[in-house]
Amino acid sequence: MEDMILYDRLQFAFTITFHYIFPQLTMGLSLIIVYFKGNFLRTQLDKYNVAAKFLMKIFAVNFTMGVITGIPMEFQFGTNWAKFSELTGSIIGQTLAMEGLFSFFLESSFLVLFIFGEKLMGQKLHFLTALLVFLGSWASGYFILATNAWMQHPVGYEILDNGKFVLENFSALFSNPWLLPAFLHNQMASLVTSSFVVASIGAFYILSKSHIEYGKLFLSTGVFFGVISSFLVAFPTGDWNAKNVAKYQPAAFAAMEGIFETEHAGAEIVLIGQPNMVEKKLDNKIAVPNVLSFLTYQDWNKQISGMDNFTEEQLPTNVPGLYYSYHIMVGLGTIFIAVMSLAFFFLWRKKLYYMKPLLWTIMVLAPFAYIANITGWYVAELGRQPYLVYGLLYTSDGISPTVSSGNTLFTLLGFIGLYFLLGILFLILVGKTIYKGPIAQNH
Amino acid sequence: MEIFWYITIAIVLAMFFILDGYDFGAGIIHLFFAKTEKDKEVIAKSAGLFWDSNEVWLVAGGGMLFMAFPTFYASVFSGFYLPLIIVLWLIMLRAIGLEFRSQFKFQMWKDIWDSSFGVSSLLLALFFGIALGNIIRGVNLGGVESGVSLYESQYFFLPLWDSSFSPLCESPGVIDWFTIIIGFISVVTLAMHGANWIILKTNSSINNKLKTVVFRLNIVLSILTVISLYAWQMINPAALNNFTEQPLFILFPLLYFTGVIGLYFVKKIKNDLYPFLLSSLLVLGGITSSLASLFPVILPSTNDINGALTIYNTTTNSYGLSVALNWGIVGLILVVVYFIIQKRMMSGKIDNMDYGH
Repeated sequence: MEDMILYDRLQFAFTITFHYIFPQLTMGLSLIIVYFKGNFLRTQLDKYNVAAKFLMKIFAVNFTMGVITGIPMEFQFGTNWAKFSELTGSIIGQTLAMEGLFSFFLESSFLVLFIFGEKLMGQKLHFLTALLVFLGSWASGYFILATNAWMQHPVGYEILDNGKFVLENFSALFSNPWLLPAFLHNQMASLVTSSFVVASIGAFYILSKSHIEYGKLFLSTGVFFGVISSFLVAFPTGDWNAKNVAKYQPAAFAAMEGIFETEHAGAEIVLIGQPNMVEKKLDNKIAVPNVLSFLTYQDWNKQISGMDNFTEEQLPTNVPGLYYSYHIMVGLGTIFIAVMSLAFFFLWRKKLYYMKPLLWTIMVLAPFAYIANITGWYVAELGRQPYLVYGLLYTSDGISPTVSSGNTLFTLLGFIGLYFLLGILFLILVGKTIYKGPIAQNH
Repeated sequence: MEIFWYITIAIVLAMFFILDGYDFGAGIIHLFFAKTEKDKEVIAKSAGLFWDSNEVWLVAGGGMLFMAFPTFYASVFSGFYLPLIIVLWLIMLRAIGLEFRSQFKFQMWKDIWDSSFGVSSLLLALFFGIALGNIIRGVNLGGVESGVSLYESQYFFLPLWDSSFSPLCESPGVIDWFTIIIGFISVVTLAMHGANWIILKTNSSINNKLKTVVFRLNIVLSILTVISLYAWQMINPAALNNFTEQPLFILFPLLYFTGVIGLYFVKKIKNDLYPFLLSSLLVLGGITSSLASLFPVILPSTNDINGALTIYNTTTNSYGLSVALNWGIVGLILVVVYFIIQKRMMSGKIDNMDYGH
């Protein structure tokens, strides 16, 4: 039984982590493409159109990868989490089916038209297809977040005698207080990734002295979107989410902040330290007193429950994992704000293009934006444990009753092998596209 | 309400098999008949441009199935665990084949991705047929062994095969001689469908030859259809009762046989669209006839202890179903609109199109 849960969770975690590499780029990138295409319509400067079409090439590769790694996510609800699907399908089936109908069709139909239909339909319609691709990808994020919000903070349901959750109030799924902050936070985080990717392509071109005109365009656009999104991802959206966790999942909040003991006169904010689960304390801790109480409740002396206030069953199953995920996300987020602000300052002073160390920093940081996004999701998902539906349905009660651990391990190993291959091919293809540059794409 | 969702999902899944079916079929034709690089390229393109918007139909159908019949979704997806995950892998390998073949110009690179595309397409067609065969045949619901259910009555787990490969043994596996016959029917049907698509959408040099191929495959299909009907009667004498009790249901097999008969005239038909429509009828008729033969059952049980899964005992509360009706209708109308826009913009032969790159 223990093995089964472990392999089911590992397989879902592995496949969703790999999958989320792609949508987090496409959601933000589609907005930047709309921006370029719109600029082209406004100014008629050809470089904006070239830039939009070049980025759409990268978008298309990511979209394809997102589709083929996304189908297993939907399937796994049934294959590995059959009991969960049976019990909650009435509710999360709504949002998942809506995602299929309202976003995938939109995104996939108009992506093909954007790539192949420019000459057939003229520039205004071409802009419209970019806009529809953007809408489709954000709608997809919205429905997924609505699904997840229900698991984090269940609303609008009724539990029948046989244990099944059935929908009682459809609109409650969308007015869930968890949803809007989580969605906005997620979209801003996705824009951070895309901004860093676009800026780092620009930095790469400038540093390697090829396609310099486009290098400057990508760098400045990436920094422009990057400085906005890296602020917004922290304030107000990140802050808003943290307050939700403190309110609805106080045990998860204590664990992610690393608060072992309840401080009655206000909680400190932990910057560094390693959770020691045996002695129930943080090793090598560096913390600032009272700040956490202030950030959460705007009151320096407000009491915040530590992990000592909760029973073993209420606490997340992997406290160190949750704590590290959260601190990696916040730490990286802080670095992004600093670097993007600096870059924006020098962009304004017209010095950025000549500042090699800063260009290198931006380029090297791009993968870390992905790490911040993925650890952010780990915070949400590890914080929800040991439940699938917070407070109501344990993870261990959601797995497929008939699938043996040997079968799950087999498929997990298969996914690891196949995704390794996919990852290599993806890097080759994106690398090739970037190496060839925007001009070669538009002969 | 259950019936509305049942029909809607059946239509969406049938659309998936008609649409993605032609690109599976194009893969099979590509594997066996495309010889020159030019033909290989254009056939791969005739599938490559559309596969992802076609597979969206699967995702949408799956999502609606999840919403409307959660118990069925949970039961079938966990019960067919291994074949479904293998199908996922094949879908990926096929997609990489399509997306990567033209990225580099070395022959070796193209060869490996061409075979990845072709072989995965063939196996997917086979597996989807086998899946349909399993649904028709039924499974050992509740995992009954010597009169005792191992699981709750709605759950089961199928091994890939039982060593007897017989649909009549106590707990038949995914692959047995009956499901293999249905698998072959699926491969042949989709190969014809893919060939018709290639004839419709490309100027490949093998278009004329493909008409002969369709004609010959149609003979094979006719023979396989007769064998499968006989085999079906053998494993389940009541298999066709629904058609005598509900005369309207005969419409579905009629669609299928219209397709079969029509395709005997494939060489005489001048308009390239018609053979494609006829093979679409084949796919549509085949799927709907199978479903109609079971209705309202959606998964028969092969034991006497646990009853079959039906649209009534696997569904959810009526509030959920009716609220979904509102967005479902809006969504489906939008989907049809996108579909028409896309097909209009992308009409005509692939090799004549100027994509501006």
